[in-house]
Amino acid sequence: MQLTAPKPESWLKIVPEGIYCVPGDFHIDPSSSAKRALVTHGHGDHARPGNRQVLATEGTLAIMRARFGEEAGGTLQPASYGEVIRIGDVDVTFVPAGHVLGSAQIVMDYRGSRVVVSGDYKRRPDATCRPFEPQRCDVFVTEATFGLPVFRHPPDAHEIARLLHSLRLYPDRCQVVGVYALGKCQRLLMMLRRAGYDEPVYLHGALIALCDLYTQHGIDLGPLLSATGVARDELKGRIVLAPPGATADRWARRLPDPVVGMASGWMRVRQRAKALGVELPLVISDHADWDELLQTLTDTGAPEIWVTHGREEALIHQAQAMGLTARALSLVGFEEEED
Amino acid sequence: MAPNAVLPPTAATSSMERFAELLDALIFTPSRNGKLRLMVEFFAAVGDPDRGWALAALTGELAFREAKPQQIRALAASRVDPELLGWSYDFVGDLAETVSLVWPTRPGANRVPELGEIVEGLASASRGDVGALLERWLDTLDATGRWALLKLVTGGLRVGVSARLAKVALAELGNVEPAAIEEIWHGIDPPYTALFAWLAGEGARPETGDRPSFHPLMLANPLEIEDLPKLDPRDYRAEWKWDGIRVQLVGRKGERRMYSRTGDDIGKGFPDVVEQIAEDVVLDGELLVQRDGEVAPFNDLQQRLNRKLVTPAMLRDYPAWVRLYDILSEGGEDLRALPFVERRLRLEAWYAAAVRPRFDLSPLIPFDAWNELEALREGARERSIEGLMLKRADSVYVAGRPKGPWFKWKRGALTLDTVLMYAQRGHGKRSSFYSDYTFGAWRGDELVPVGKAYSGFTDEELLRLDKWVRNNTTNRFGPVREVTPSLVLEIAFDSVSRSTRHKSGLAMRFPRVHRIRWDKPHREADTVETLEKLLT
Repeated sequence: MQLTAPKPESWLKIVPEGIYCVPGDFHIDPSSSAKRALVTHGHGDHARPGNRQVLATEGTLAIMRARFGEEAGGTLQPASYGEVIRIGDVDVTFVPAGHVLGSAQIVMDYRGSRVVVSGDYKRRPDATCRPFEPQRCDVFVTEATFGLPVFRHPPDAHEIARLLHSLRLYPDRCQVVGVYALGKCQRLLMMLRRAGYDEPVYLHGALIALCDLYTQHGIDLGPLLSATGVARDELKGRIVLAPPGATADRWARRLPDPVVGMASGWMRVRQRAKALGVELPLVISDHADWDELLQTLTDTGAPEIWVTHGREEALIHQAQAMGLTARALSLVGFEEEED
Repeated sequence: MAPNAVLPPTAATSSMERFAELLDALIFTPSRNGKLRLMVEFFAAVGDPDRGWALAALTGELAFREAKPQQIRALAASRVDPELLGWSYDFVGDLAETVSLVWPTRPGANRVPELGEIVEGLASASRGDVGALLERWLDTLDATGRWALLKLVTGGLRVGVSARLAKVALAELGNVEPAAIEEIWHGIDPPYTALFAWLAGEGARPETGDRPSFHPLMLANPLEIEDLPKLDPRDYRAEWKWDGIRVQLVGRKGERRMYSRTGDDIGKGFPDVVEQIAEDVVLDGELLVQRDGEVAPFNDLQQRLNRKLVTPAMLRDYPAWVRLYDILSEGGEDLRALPFVERRLRLEAWYAAAVRPRFDLSPLIPFDAWNELEALREGARERSIEGLMLKRADSVYVAGRPKGPWFKWKRGALTLDTVLMYAQRGHGKRSSFYSDYTFGAWRGDELVPVGKAYSGFTDEELLRLDKWVRNNTTNRFGPVREVTPSLVLEIAFDSVSRSTRHKSGLAMRFPRVHRIRWDKPHREADTVETLEKLLT
């Protein structure tokens, strides 16, 4: 930071709607409709309908159009990764965050002071989106969904092997895995394909539109079939993906004696998995685990950390132990359970 | 790749990692068949002696000095920031799991130990060495492995597998009857190498020698009333069916055992009875609490069950007895091939041969025609009697539940009209159904919960009940729904007793849904007072 550079908290404010950039006159991921919104990614707690102007990556805009239709926003302006866009007195750059298709960190440069709002992110490979690129900055704004050292996600391949093992163990049952419609669903499909599984995967109706969208963006998810209207016997020995809420509800009664799985970072804690009635907990997350969070703090070299949501307490404690300045923004409106 | 193609389960190579994955899968698998499949697969895939140590862990037969929770916690605090450890524990709520997850891995740790190395290491370790051993192993294992290790060393796996279920898995593995395993179980020791060799067809069935081993029980089938006219009363002998628990007493070369019906050694909890087993003998009977010659309610017996320690006060206040009805072996002579009537004479002779404190004989009930017994059964409202037993006079004693020789003829169930108050989601196949019902009876204008039932209805009725619950929900508490109190469930149950654990002060035995009274107005359901009158 230059000696003359303004302090980040003087130009980036926390307001009831979220993060507001004063010299650019825009909000990032506002929780209610704003004049100008910069959106990190398409999950519902970050991308909301009804903003007058929206600036986001092309992938995020496509997701918003698919989800909100006409309500996606007044004008939708695409930002390419790495392209510098001047807004007011601020230079804005969207940089890959590795979370879901189109996800971005938002880098803001203002008079020699640089802040990165990372949105949600992860560091491990994901064949459905571009990997996280760490940016040197003065303040790094991070999530802390899994900000406790109990959250150390195992290798993805290990979890997929467990799913395929269960499939082999129960040839007369089907595997139904609860996945979020955006990101987790498509990532799980890609992981199955990379593990050599090229059989058709059956989808709950609520997952089909976003899978189509991913395919249109050049991501080959392999053979997919709708689970609706398929004879029960045909689903024996098959993998079915469904939104988390559907796996233990009436919808699931059409399935042949399903092994109920769930792909989520929360599955790391057995009591949580058991409470949800999950038989095959798969620890697969689109959020950084504890080690990835700490690695990222180091990689950005930021002397100051702001924590948006999650288990802030522990991450701030650890950042301070690493000699950094750290504070909680206590933003509201981000879903605790979403991962 | 075809969906059923054989894949390596995971990358796990050490038997400890395989064992950890087994425990992890068992804890999440609700169905009995699923658990069996997991165990059979494990025993087939893992070699000796490690699978034997795993079997010993699952059946509670491992013996080593267990680590204390404080010791584990201190070990973790030496490696993890105490603040972070505290927050983590608050979040997870289980010490073994917390420590397994927060344990910082050390690159370049030693190779992963085999399960056998861990068991043998713990068995030979002195108190002071356990911490260092644990730390070394924790450094080599992954999170699931660390969790399994900590479960193992703190005692009690609690993965929803009984010793009986593990033996059934062995039986499947070797394609033998479970009774064949139960019979030798108490004569063999971990790591059971000879047992696995026999199951693999590579050796003879292990000899149990002079050990006081379990003799698998002969069980009775429920009597279908329409079958009664086909049976000749002269072929059968009748006894009361006592309301206790079935036990087998074994004396052999000075050693004494009390086994449950599934072959678990439960003698530690009943020293007052076990010390009375004098000679080489195998007896079959009913464990009861008796005071002044009177059988106490089942509740009193429950005070004595599943206890690790028996206090002098318990021995004084809840004296245990065994009411004998069969003898399987005497003086080393196996009597099981004798007909029932001959065994009965041997039993009576054995009983008469000495003073037998803590034992009495279950009397035979003389009868000539079935209608005499029917009348007796109807009148059997005494608290210690559940109904009648019918045994063929010529029946030899065989393991299992053969059709024909023995029948249990339970007295009629009691019923009560109750009102459905809460419904909870079931597990496994029933996870999308509200299938567990809490029902209440009236006390004035208030409904008081009196019990919980999750059986007795057909699949079609379950569908209808589930739909009714969803349409009449007034409140939700996680997996539980409160419903408009308006549906009457007629509940059948075997008996009712006092209980301090329920708001009503009453507890039913074996409550199940007898009929769903879609027609009956809920105000006409029964009262708590009606239930109290049925107290035994």
